Amino acid sequence: MVGIRILEYALTRAGFRVVNSGSQCSQQECIEAARETAADAILISSVYGMGEIDCRGFGNRCQKAGLGHVVKYVGGNLVVAAQTQDWSEITKRFQAMGFDRVYSPATRPPEVIAALRRDLAGRGVAATGG
Amino acid sequence: MQTAILVDFGSTYTKVIGVDLTAARLLATAQAPSSVETDVTTGLHQALRRLGEQGVQTRDPSLVLGCSSAAGGLRMVAVGLVPSLTVEAARRAALGAGAKVIKVYGYQLSRTEVAELKALAPDVILLAGGTDGGDRATILANAGSIAAAGITAPVVVAGNKSVGPEIAEILQGTGIDARLTENVLPELDRLNVEPARHQIRELFIERIVEAKGLERARALVEEIIMPTPMAVLRATQLLADGPPGGAGLGEALVVDVGGATTDVHTVAVGAPTAAGAVLKGLPEPRVKRTVEGDLGIRINARSVFEAGEAAGLLPGRAAAPVAAIEQPASEEPAPVTPAALAAAAERLAADTAATPVSDADFAIDAALAAIAVTVATDRHAGVLEEAWTAHGKAFVQYGKDLRPLQAVVGTGGIFAFGRHPRQVLAAATRGDPLRLKPQRPRFWVDRRYILYGMGLLAEQHPDVAYRVLTENLQEV
Repeated sequence: MVGIRILEYALTRAGFRVVNSGSQCSQQECIEAARETAADAILISSVYGMGEIDCRGFGNRCQKAGLGHVVKYVGGNLVVAAQTQDWSEITKRFQAMGFDRVYSPATRPPEVIAALRRDLAGRGVAATGG
Repeated sequence: MQTAILVDFGSTYTKVIGVDLTAARLLATAQAPSSVETDVTTGLHQALRRLGEQGVQTRDPSLVLGCSSAAGGLRMVAVGLVPSLTVEAARRAALGAGAKVIKVYGYQLSRTEVAELKALAPDVILLAGGTDGGDRATILANAGSIAAAGITAPVVVAGNKSVGPEIAEILQGTGIDARLTENVLPELDRLNVEPARHQIRELFIERIVEAKGLERARALVEEIIMPTPMAVLRATQLLADGPPGGAGLGEALVVDVGGATTDVHTVAVGAPTAAGAVLKGLPEPRVKRTVEGDLGIRINARSVFEAGEAAGLLPGRAAAPVAAIEQPASEEPAPVTPAALAAAAERLAADTAATPVSDADFAIDAALAAIAVTVATDRHAGVLEEAWTAHGKAFVQYGKDLRPLQAVVGTGGIFAFGRHPRQVLAAATRGDPLRLKPQRPRFWVDRRYILYGMGLLAEQHPDVAYRVLTENLQEV
């Protein structure tokens, strides 16, 4: 809840139009919100260690819902005891689920924002958040 | 004495109410069989004559207002994008305008769906889709399909504002009466149904009254200003909030049990009362109407029985809520066995004009109506779900928390003529334990069938309407 508010604040300050789907958001709710608002990017924050279970199949579901082109990031305490695991392994697992970028809990918002601008520009999305 | 006459052109009966505006007093009520198919004024004249026989001066009253649910009511189709978002928002807007929502469509309309939509021949189409600045492709495509199909129904456009003018142009290009208004869901967390409701009502007054053959009544009734369900919703609001500057009864629920449908109206914010509960899902309108098209105690008696069976609500069962209601012994309905109820449901569905005669008949009607009220309020009320977070267990609330609601009112034949109104109304507090239903409300019944009339009168004389309403509702 707090994490998502900080992200919302930082992204809004950077000029993005943010739709905050709140906490406890299911994949289905996330995809529906993205469709109705024609989202250019979906950012998922998960802090309780169950991200791997919650995000399973997300890329596929997005693809089926016509959201294959949408930029997808995930970040936070994505797995239980993340500090004991190799982050590059975690990244690979989430990339296989369809995420373009995977962020550790130590990531600061400016890093995400810079990447988001690059990725959106790369997909030809007009200067959102420029 | 200044007299107001309020008229409801129903599909079966034309009902009239006489009110003394000066003394803020109910004079009399009357009804006569409706005559919409031939000449709507025949039934109206007859009803007015019966009102006159009770001493009401029906010549030159100072105000005559009407509402109508005749000729199928206001039949609407709602179109949106995501079923749980803009489709649901559009449906709520239409229901709040008093419409009968005959069908809803999500996503891009297929050719089959467009053909079906045309065949349904709705009175009004509500076209939504996309939040403001959100998706535009779907609503544009749907407007194009509607225009190309040669559909002639007027369309209220209440979708993504970024493409509103283009949508109106596409529709108007083929001669469709398109009315552009604000988005029903401008942002995911903001429902905005009032502007669409207003447009629907304008269309109803300007076009639908005439299309339904009601314009002949204009010689007698100054204006037929809204569909009947909207008048009932207005009355609910008046009851809850009181007249301007006054106080009402507080948050209220009105349940209307009919032969074919059960309507539930609430005027309540419904914010979470459970500690730490987080609200999720589409925002709820404070003034909300839902219609259960499968719950009615005549035409749909069989599906009421089935719904009761599925929900474990049949009388005589261990946990049957209907039998568990506390009430004075004198009002206790005769016990009904599930088998007798099943047989009665079959009979009533076939003989929809049946009126109860014996004690057993009244008990059966009460048992069916109690099931309809329990299930309809289950569907209207919000629900609490457990969720696990990083900080442990939490509650997520979808819909309205109606537990603190203070007033539950019943309207319809079962409350006007039935012998067990309290048992039927108390069913609104029972049912699915996860549902956030009223816990300790007071119960009233609309014995004189005046709710619709006071909803109409509230437009011009809210003080009189509120006084007449509160003086004539009977607490049970």
